[in-house]
Amino acid sequence: MDTLQSKYKTVKVDEVKEWFKAAPISAFSVNGGACVKYKDLQIAVFNFERFNNWYACQNLSPAKNEMVLSRGMLGDHKGVPKIACPLLKNTFSLETGENLNGDLEPIAIYPVKIKDGFVYIGTH
Amino acid sequence: MKTILVIGNGMVGYKFCEKLMAKSESDNYKVIVFGEEPRPAYDRVHLSEYFADQNAERLSMAPRSWYEENNIELITNERVTDVHRASKTITTINDKEYIYDYLVLATGSSAFVPPIPGVEKEGVFVYRTIEDLDATMAYVAKIKSQKPDGKAAILGGGLLGLEAGKAIIDMGLETSVVEFAPRLMPRQLDNEASQVLQNKLEALGIDILLNKGTQNIEGDKAITGMKFSENETLPVDMLLVSAGIRPRDELAKTCGLEVGTRGGILVTNNMKTSDDSIYAIGECALLNQMIYGLVAPGYDMAGVAVDNILGDEALMPSAIDMSTKLKLSGIDVASFGDALNEAKESESIVYENKFQGIYKKINVSKDGKKLLGGILVGDASDYNMLHQIFLNGMAIPENPEDLILGARGGEEASFGSALDLPDSAVVCSCEAVTKGQICCSVTEDGNEDLASVVAATKATTGCGGCKPMVTDLVTETLKSMGKVVKDVICDHFQYSRQELYSILKVKKVTSFDEALDACGEGKGCELCQPAVSSILASLYNHTPNKEDVSQDSNDKFLANIQRNGTYSVVPRIAGGEVTPEQLIVLGQIGKKYNLYTKITGGARIDFFGAELNDLPAIWTELIAEGFESGHAYGKSLRTVKSCVGSTWCRYGMDESITFAIELENRYKGLRSPHKIKGGVSGCIRECAEARGKDFGIIAVEGGWNLYVCGNGGATPRHAELLAEQIDNETVVKYLDRFLIYYIETAAPLMRTAAWLDKLEGGIEQLKKVVVEDSLGINAELEAQMDLLVDAYECEWKQVVESDTMKDRFSHFVNSDDRDDNIAFVPMRDQKMPELWK
Ligand SMILES: Cc1cc2nc3c(=O)[nH]c(=O)nc-3n(C[C@H](O)[C@H](O)[C@H](O)COP(=O)(O)OP(=O)(O)OC[C@H]3O[C@@H](n4cnc5c(N)ncnc54)[C@H](O)[C@@H]3O)c2cc1C
Repeated sequence: MDTLQSKYKTVKVDEVKEWFKAAPISAFSVNGGACVKYKDLQIAVFNFERFNNWYACQNLSPAKNEMVLSRGMLGDHKGVPKIACPLLKNTFSLETGENLNGDLEPIAIYPVKIKDGFVYIGTH
Repeated sequence: MKTILVIGNGMVGYKFCEKLMAKSESDNYKVIVFGEEPRPAYDRVHLSEYFADQNAERLSMAPRSWYEENNIELITNERVTDVHRASKTITTINDKEYIYDYLVLATGSSAFVPPIPGVEKEGVFVYRTIEDLDATMAYVAKIKSQKPDGKAAILGGGLLGLEAGKAIIDMGLETSVVEFAPRLMPRQLDNEASQVLQNKLEALGIDILLNKGTQNIEGDKAITGMKFSENETLPVDMLLVSAGIRPRDELAKTCGLEVGTRGGILVTNNMKTSDDSIYAIGECALLNQMIYGLVAPGYDMAGVAVDNILGDEALMPSAIDMSTKLKLSGIDVASFGDALNEAKESESIVYENKFQGIYKKINVSKDGKKLLGGILVGDASDYNMLHQIFLNGMAIPENPEDLILGARGGEEASFGSALDLPDSAVVCSCEAVTKGQICCSVTEDGNEDLASVVAATKATTGCGGCKPMVTDLVTETLKSMGKVVKDVICDHFQYSRQELYSILKVKKVTSFDEALDACGEGKGCELCQPAVSSILASLYNHTPNKEDVSQDSNDKFLANIQRNGTYSVVPRIAGGEVTPEQLIVLGQIGKKYNLYTKITGGARIDFFGAELNDLPAIWTELIAEGFESGHAYGKSLRTVKSCVGSTWCRYGMDESITFAIELENRYKGLRSPHKIKGGVSGCIRECAEARGKDFGIIAVEGGWNLYVCGNGGATPRHAELLAEQIDNETVVKYLDRFLIYYIETAAPLMRTAAWLDKLEGGIEQLKKVVVEDSLGINAELEAQMDLLVDAYECEWKQVVESDTMKDRFSHFVNSDDRDDNIAFVPMRDQKMPELWK
């Protein structure tokens, strides 16, 4: 049943083989998210200005297998940046992918780099 | 080191492990658990929830890692096939052999399927495991794709059958419950209670057939009907059998342990079987010649078995409580103690209200001093307290009827506060937590909110039925310690919503970032951002477009997200009045974008299945035709429903439709702590169901009666009378005041009914504020409403007229492609999302 989820694997910064040029910074709302299409993957990217940082994770909600995380709400849980799924309010750490309010499997997390006004996502 | 083998990894088998691990001696034992099902133990009690979300993980009692951390070897998908008592070994289906010092049988039970000819046909299911539910759901989907009016039946009108019936009807099949006995839940309810319950279930659309013995299951390969007699057959496409349980004693039988004549592994009250090294616990155990088909006694048995294995003497209590409360959404049913007066030791007091569908009966000892049992249907709010009074043999009021009618005549609260219970009262029977332990956890261990008390005591984590009582105990205990109990918004804002409202107003805050700077900490979360956004909207009528990232997802996209990530579109149709031309336009738009279309309960038209990228185009067309946002996605005014009133109706006393349209247009766009619905009826026949709304107005001789704080939903409530025989202008004035007062003082996501419950003094106090201006704030309340009404703008119009606001309605930032994960399947002549994958 996990065919969709199995496409999404966390990428660590030191494992990045290719930086995918996604879109200009201006395409992302401040303190909000948007979804980037990369090959056959959907990656949610967040410009979390209150943390002064960018984050990326799979767009797939692991609870419901729908492509919605980019439409969720940002926040922090005891100082850890997190995203809340808009469907059932499951929350995930944007640093580790861990499910913070339940015991769902962690989601995949991707590194983000900003260069010359563009947003890049680190991929394998 | 000794070895304990546990056969069966169900709720009770798991609880045995948990209770054993809590003991320090557990290090001296090697524990191996065998489970026949593919996954670790899960919460069968809440199995029905799986129908709604197919989330098996949420039901899990503990993840595999828990077993690993505790050095328990868990072997799932492995049935134990033989026990060899002489050699103290067992073998499994894969021919593996294990040696034991102690053997614990926790094999549970299986669904009982009566031997009706044809019962093996395709389309007949039972209701016990997650796999059963998967199979049932797949079959329902198959029926629905093949015929528009599929029918299901449930065999058995007991606790589980009714739960299953509700689940199947929610999946969209016509459902009948077929019961052999002359009443529903025959073991818990009497005839009158059953009748009240039957009416309620029928209102939900579940058909109830009593006194029906099924002779034959009709059909060639698959079921097509149930034959009751020569000339009576019920056509059905599937059947769910819920006719009771049979203990799984097959292992015990083959190895020669004593079993009961009608099944069940015989145990004494220390949970030992006829072999001293073998224990049986849970639904497979026959104790006092009874199978206890509930978790709480099973958990007790697990604890007793643990103690005995560790060498302590522990016994099951002589009286085992079989009280039950049913979890059918919206219908309360509870029965406790000697509900049917089988012991003939009591006199009954009965209250029945056919209008509201309420039946309450208590059985009181002949001397009038003790409560021995009872039944509650339609309103079980008193259940926890009555159950405790019964369990603890507490003294009852001089007039025992006060227990179900409340103390009448005075303004005093009804009988009993949770703090009056003795310390030894078991409040959470699943986890056996007493009132004393809960209070101590607050007073001595310093747990100062519900979550920490739950974490420390495990209370409420079983069936959850004791939650209201545990919440009360925690709150009352804190109060008695002089601590203010405050409902703060979240970690980021240490204020109640009412306080935050005042702060943001006084400091003239207009954005979430400013709010964080002014009185918050951290970076916000999914609780405080919508709360702050809602307050700002209530203060200035800013639409969500102003700061879309701080809105709940639905407000952000000005549409309700549906379960496959598509959205619904609902234009406002004030009062439900619509011209033929408008209907044609709506039809054309629905057709053009291939939207599933339905008339809502609020008398307007709902389109489903719109993709994010299409929302601006759909709304551009709607707005060009003069429609506006219906705010169906917001915590805001939804609709003001009405009948046609004296405009057309020969009974009408006043123009309800005209007034409804005026009110809907006045309050449209008003953001509030929760959704608000209104209704206007032209006479006391009440066709608009106005008393089921947050505000309801009914035309009477000499003006309108104004009712407030009602709702439908999970806990239906009739609105209460605020003022009588008032004219249109006064209605608007009182409504303005009432609504703003509610908006300013309610907690997040609190509807008006719950708000009124919390308001000290209740409806009498509300009358003083709104009608008599006892707080001297009415001028301010009215001015605030005028400001909001003047500031109204249609938020969808803002989007379609702006160049930049449309950007957020694109699934990808770097591509115009659509989300290819969205899939629909045909349903009747329209479409629906694929089932959750
Ligand atoms: C839909 C539903 C709703 C319910 N609602 C309530 C409620 O509201 N309140 C309440 O108190 N109770 C309720 N119950 C009853 C409650 O679920 C049971 O009392 C409880 O699950 C019993 O636990 P158990 O461990 O004895 O049996 P089970 O949970 O049935 O576990 C037994 C396990 O043993 C396994 N097993 C059997 N034989 C073998 C073998 N030879 N080898 C290996 N494994 C084996 C089985 O596969 C099963 O997994 C409900 C039950 C259902 C089905």
